Amino acid sequence: MNQRKMGDLLPRLIPILAVLLALLVGAVMLALLGTNPWEAYRALFIGAFGSTNALADTIVKATPLLFVGLGICIAFRGGVLNIGGEGQLVTGAIAATAVALAVPTWPGWIIVLMSLSAGMLAGAIWGGIAGLLKAHLNVNEILSTIMLNYIAVFGMNYLLRGPMMDPLQIKLGSFTPQTARLPRSVDLPRLIPTRLHLGAAIAVVLAFAVYVLLWRTTIGFRIRTVGKNLRAALAAGINTKRYMVLSLLLAGAFAGLGGAVEVLGLHHRMFTDGSAFGFTGSAGFNGIVAALFGQLHPIGTIPAAFLLGALLTGANKMQRVMQVPSALIGALSGLIVLLVVGSEIFHRRQIRRADKRNSELEDAVDAKEDS
Amino acid sequence: MSTSIIEQVQVKELVARGIVKQFPGVLASDHVNFDVHSGEIHTLLGENGAGKSTLMKILYGMYRPDAGEVLINGTPVRFHSPLDAIRQGIGMVHQHFMLVPTFTVAENVALGLPSSRRVVLDLDIVSRRIEELAKTYGLHVDPQAKVWQLSVGEQQRVEILKVLYRGASLLILDEPTAVLTPQEVEEFSETLRRMINEGHAIVFISHKLHEVLALSDRITVLRNGRVVDTVLAADATKEGLARLMVGREVILQVEHPEVTYGDVRLAVHGLSANGDSGLPALRGVDLEVRASEILGLAGVSGNGQKELAEVIAGMRSSTSGQVFFDGTDVTGSLPGKLLDHGLSYIPEERMVDGTVRDFSVEENLILKDHHRQPYAHGVFMDFTKIASESDRLIEAFDIRTPSRHTPLKSLSGGNIQKLILARELSRNPSVLVAAQPTRGLDVSATEYVHRRLIEQRSAGTATLLISEDLDEILNLADRIAVIYEGRIMGIVERGNVDVEQIGLMMAGVSEQTTK
Ligand SMILES: Nc1ncnc2c1ncn2[C@@H]1O[C@H](COP(=O)(O)OP(=O)(O)OP(=O)(O)O)[C@@H](O)[C@H]1O
Ligand SMILES: [Mg+2]
Repeated sequence: MNQRKMGDLLPRLIPILAVLLALLVGAVMLALLGTNPWEAYRALFIGAFGSTNALADTIVKATPLLFVGLGICIAFRGGVLNIGGEGQLVTGAIAATAVALAVPTWPGWIIVLMSLSAGMLAGAIWGGIAGLLKAHLNVNEILSTIMLNYIAVFGMNYLLRGPMMDPLQIKLGSFTPQTARLPRSVDLPRLIPTRLHLGAAIAVVLAFAVYVLLWRTTIGFRIRTVGKNLRAALAAGINTKRYMVLSLLLAGAFAGLGGAVEVLGLHHRMFTDGSAFGFTGSAGFNGIVAALFGQLHPIGTIPAAFLLGALLTGANKMQRVMQVPSALIGALSGLIVLLVVGSEIFHRRQIRRADKRNSELEDAVDAKEDS
Repeated sequence: MSTSIIEQVQVKELVARGIVKQFPGVLASDHVNFDVHSGEIHTLLGENGAGKSTLMKILYGMYRPDAGEVLINGTPVRFHSPLDAIRQGIGMVHQHFMLVPTFTVAENVALGLPSSRRVVLDLDIVSRRIEELAKTYGLHVDPQAKVWQLSVGEQQRVEILKVLYRGASLLILDEPTAVLTPQEVEEFSETLRRMINEGHAIVFISHKLHEVLALSDRITVLRNGRVVDTVLAADATKEGLARLMVGREVILQVEHPEVTYGDVRLAVHGLSANGDSGLPALRGVDLEVRASEILGLAGVSGNGQKELAEVIAGMRSSTSGQVFFDGTDVTGSLPGKLLDHGLSYIPEERMVDGTVRDFSVEENLILKDHHRQPYAHGVFMDFTKIASESDRLIEAFDIRTPSRHTPLKSLSGGNIQKLILARELSRNPSVLVAAQPTRGLDVSATEYVHRRLIEQRSAGTATLLISEDLDEILNLADRIAVIYEGRIMGIVERGNVDVEQIGLMMAGVSEQTTK
């Protein structure tokens, strides 16, 4: 029994070990650049957790990661890969902004609900398109979601430089590509007097909702069946195409909602630097890491997103305090992604190996690998 | 075996003493003593989940025992992987074949072995050696043929050739005959006899008692991981063995009560479909099954049975023709719609179409009805009901599992089949398509399934029973249709069965219909 518990615990520790290893390698890189790694990491830690403000910033950073990550949990469980978080965040944000700007005089809470729904819907459509392409035309969803990211960015740039540009910017002649500020009545309430807004709480509540969806409802049962064995799912009467589309659609919906929340809770307007990154800060990709880090479990994704948020926030501060080149921060977070994902893949392979050993296939595989 | 690639010892005698293997919740081997020596066939017999495969996997180095020792020619050995076992001259043919379909026979045999020309392939040498072996042991197969073109029986010969090629002197054969036709079993027995004459030792697993009696020298019966007895085949009887295995009397033949047939429930008209390779597998099949009737479909495997079952179950599309359920045209419908019409389907490929490996026993049991009462109310699943129903089915169908939460993949082969049967039969189907429903089941489970099929028949189910086991069809079917190369050769009433004639039709010889 004890042995079993150890066996269960180890895989959960692997991501943590991966982060520690990444920090270790980062320390070596810092030392080589002539920075004191200890000091640097202290700055990172303080930057992420050192004050109420820092902690609030960490959570604010983690929020979109959690939204995207929840969608990723659903998609992965349904056997589809969603690389389209960036595009879905962007379309969600644009839709939310457009709705809020269209009816500025309505009661705030109605606009908030409409705006969040619009964001969710837009993201769902963006994900759903990839789902439809996969289910009916057999288009690989990795390719289609990446393409859809580009389309979303082009759309965003066009709208913010054209029809949706802030009239004030036009009047001033500065033509900054951003929309007008949304009416203050739609600002999401602050949780404490920091930048921390209601969005984080919404995301956490939704994490539990996703758990219920996946493991307590027939919809989740079907999504998981399709993800595990397509033919058995079909034989069980499940409309496999529909559920493939649904998995991507839900993944898009969560990311889209994440984009809407970013607008209403944090930026209060939509803006662009020409790329998706300017608005998303790569949350669409980091959300995937958060979900993998959280073992593709919605509840596990909560602390995973938080840790990743801390790392991003802290690294930012570290960069400013220690004057380390920003490329190093990029390298560090890349390293963590690599190690986390790598350890995840490694772990899966180990499980598969163990399975194989039990399932009589082992030496066939060995034979193939040997040859 | 001078040409053998790997330096090996000849296994004169293998002795396993006090083998213990514990899995979570199951003691799969409980102080097992077992031995086999050159020149004999020693059969392992036991119910599904008795621990036969586990013991064999221990001898083959796939599992490490918790206690006990294995001696070869008197010397204790320790295997860390099958590679160690292969080096000691042990070979195993698993129930599920592990050949690469797009490779030739020779390529499959050579796979994973060093070439005698180092980096240059020596397939010509391999082919020659295969032909030699094939001649010695009567394992006829063309070394140049691609594996996907071979029948199941031929593939099995390749598996055995592969093991022999590696110079094994002890062969472990886990349910090798489950997939063979009666004629193939004959050839197979001949091969085994030649092998023991050459001094090989063979461990054989099968659930078919007549085969076991005909082939074995000694028989060891396992029950719940323990050895019940080891007997000489010459002294054993079918009934006696069944009693040893199960611990009670087993009725080997079920009753076949009179029924009145109802309306036609399942009808297939002019049905054609392609096989996986894209070539026609069904060529205009016509069949009708009435309520309370079992239509047996006999035939050598690979003559379109699998495709027919799949088209009816909505898992494969047809190229022409129609399928009717209760007079409604359901051609091309998704399985979901067919399930609503009362279809139950026991697929031939249980791990691919019938179950989800990574799901628990309970999730697999509710796979087809997860959205219906009592398992769900609206979209929410009712886990109390799921638990109680699962436990009831586990009990009723005697599925040997530590709990309903156990992942399906750790169940024994026969118990996975029982789970599928539990799910499909408990739905009280109006049409049942059963492909090889008792493949891999032990005698008592087979008896139980036969009884359940007859019960369903009395309850009005229209059953299409596809089986390579002619005895099973003769026992259960009201009418017998014979399929050959995708065509129905004829349909015979239960009353006037001529086994000889059915055999001929299975071989595609006679095309006359006996009405
Ligand atoms: N890898 C595993 N993990 C957990 N339990 C296992 C594993 N392999 C086998 N078992 C359990 O051990 C018991 C014996 O299984 P085994 O496969 O040896 O049965 P068997 O005699 O070969 O049955 P069958 O005739 O159905 O093939 C079963 O209860 C099975 O559930
Ligand atoms: Mg077995």
